[in-house]
Amino acid sequence: MEEKVLLKGNEIIGEAAIRSGCKLFFGYPITPSTEVIEYLSANLPGQGGTVLQAEDEIGAINMCYGAACTGSRVMTASSSPGVSLKQEGLSYSAAVELPMVIVNVNRCGPGLGGLGPAQSDYFQSVKGGGHGDYHLIVLAPSKAQELYDYTMQAFDLADQYRNPVMVLTDGYLGQTMEPVVLKERPPAQEWDRSWIVDGAEGREKRILASYSLTNEIGEANNLYWEAKYKEIQKKEQQWEEFHTEDADYLIVSYGTTGRISKSTVLNARKKGIKLGLIRPITLWPFPVNAFKPFLGKIKGIVTVELNTGQMIEDVKLAVNCGVPVELYRRQGGMLPTETEILEYIEEMIMKTDAKEVQA
Amino acid sequence: MNKVFSRSKGLTDVPFTFCPGCTHGIIMRLIAEVLEELDILEETIGVSPVGCAGFSQDFFTCDFVGAAHGRAQAVGTGIKRALPHRTVFTYQGDGDIAAIGTQHAVHVAARGEKITSIMVNNAIYGMTGGQMAPTTLTNMKTSTSPFGRDPQTMGFPMDFPKLLAGIPGAAYVASVSVDSPKNIKKTKDAIRKAFKVQQAGLGFSLVSVLSTCPTNWGLNPSESLKWLRENMMPIYEMGELKVSEEVEKL
Ligand SMILES: Cc1ncc(C[n+]2csc(CCOP(=O)(O)OP(=O)(O)O)c2C)c(N)n1
Ligand code: SF4
Ligand SMILES: [Mg+2]
Repeated sequence: MEEKVLLKGNEIIGEAAIRSGCKLFFGYPITPSTEVIEYLSANLPGQGGTVLQAEDEIGAINMCYGAACTGSRVMTASSSPGVSLKQEGLSYSAAVELPMVIVNVNRCGPGLGGLGPAQSDYFQSVKGGGHGDYHLIVLAPSKAQELYDYTMQAFDLADQYRNPVMVLTDGYLGQTMEPVVLKERPPAQEWDRSWIVDGAEGREKRILASYSLTNEIGEANNLYWEAKYKEIQKKEQQWEEFHTEDADYLIVSYGTTGRISKSTVLNARKKGIKLGLIRPITLWPFPVNAFKPFLGKIKGIVTVELNTGQMIEDVKLAVNCGVPVELYRRQGGMLPTETEILEYIEEMIMKTDAKEVQA
Repeated sequence: MNKVFSRSKGLTDVPFTFCPGCTHGIIMRLIAEVLEELDILEETIGVSPVGCAGFSQDFFTCDFVGAAHGRAQAVGTGIKRALPHRTVFTYQGDGDIAAIGTQHAVHVAARGEKITSIMVNNAIYGMTGGQMAPTTLTNMKTSTSPFGRDPQTMGFPMDFPKLLAGIPGAAYVASVSVDSPKNIKKTKDAIRKAFKVQQAGLGFSLVSVLSTCPTNWGLNPSESLKWLRENMMPIYEMGELKVSEEVEKL
């Protein structure tokens, strides 16, 4: 039966993890993500799971690494400085191909920064973050229901591709209470488990490690991972489109600003401006396919971000510089209003129109 | 013909790749023999570190996970929490456990994590070519203390097992050496006891083993054993440093 509940965003992530069959959680408190570990501490042990408050985030991610090696569903959650500490462990996890879910309730940085909502960890999340060529699959919810749905999906993708999956959100979504339908998810598919390490009982020993003894082995490993990442890029791009059919201009924005941008689009439409929105759901793989139908049809794109302009680089690559791409951003924990965004877009339209007249 | 000695079932047939006279190999053989004798090879998961100790993953016949430098005990914690009925051990160098991994060592002890750690103390960073370790002796020359370790600027050698022995969740802590047949036997006894502590669920167990690194000490194998005896054993407290009441009853 589908239940509707009112919970804080971070608690919803915890509930989704429990309902996804997550058996172990390792974490270390940090605002604005702490309710994840608090919620799970209260609720996971009762469901036969384990929650352990680690000595630090390095400990937590390496505990996840160990637990994931046994084939158990495992999760950790943190916020920006804590996620920085996890990077070495994430690199090792990607190299050993361990399914696990990492939640980053992004706060603003750099340094200790502040607790307000930000998207300043975009690069860290989608470009690798730690050392070496690897990728996390990154999902970006924009409302409570998606915190629930995408967390569940994160566990499935992690198993399917044997890869760490990040749910990237921010303090605004993590701290806001909203109603959520606790949808049942069909039982996860059974993936091959002939790689797990659980004691060599009646079988050959297994080693899960990432050292490459020779450069030849190193290159072969990297080619193998590259092929896997290419497959993910091909199959797993997700995005939402909002009023894009006849759009002259597009906003590209994810998460909290993706949500605010929907109001901007509606207000623009009232004024007769043909504005649409592409909201990336997977930040990696970046939904490059979303842009193809609009090339040659639209006059401009604005990315709306809570950083100095990070995702804009991926958007420019996606349109291959064939469309002017501008940035509207707030930083340091500030959120833009839908009106601010629209004012910026109206200015941009005026400039573009002026250029057209000149031409 | 009567076979009086053979390779332990706990070891694969991959030949050891350690430098001549290195005692890493002796310690690994002892662990393998204990696992075989306790008949737990099929239910044991080892965690290897980064360092010369890291090659352990290829030498044992049990399952192994390779951890990042210093993280073996956190990884071991994750495995043990996921599979509480399996035996989990970490095999780590002194730099791995007592420098970069200190926080995990202290906290597995504090939590009484039911894993066993073997610390191989050669007073140096072997794998990376002989730099100073937290265990490097006062005045000892290494590539990063070329004029000898000066405690005023480089700190004192740390008796790490002694530190861990003071933590309540540490049920069994022993400091042993493999410099002589007699001490090799004591080391095996300590390793066996440490695994039994884990099997009985009594808490965290650690065996620190003084070990040679002829290559980076610049000594030949027999000089190395003598150097260890004369210089390391007086500095590091030897013997059983912690035997909890429950362990006494084992
Ligand atoms: C994060 C990180 N820092 C540094 C290193 C380089 N490194 C590899 S092994 C090692 C020291 C190993 O010394 P020890 O733990 O005493 O083991 P031994 O080789 O002496 O057995 C260092 C510094 C690394 N691999 N990872
Ligand atoms: S470098 Fe030292 S510790 Fe490493 S194998 Fe050689 S002798 Fe042993
Ligand atoms: Mg060493």
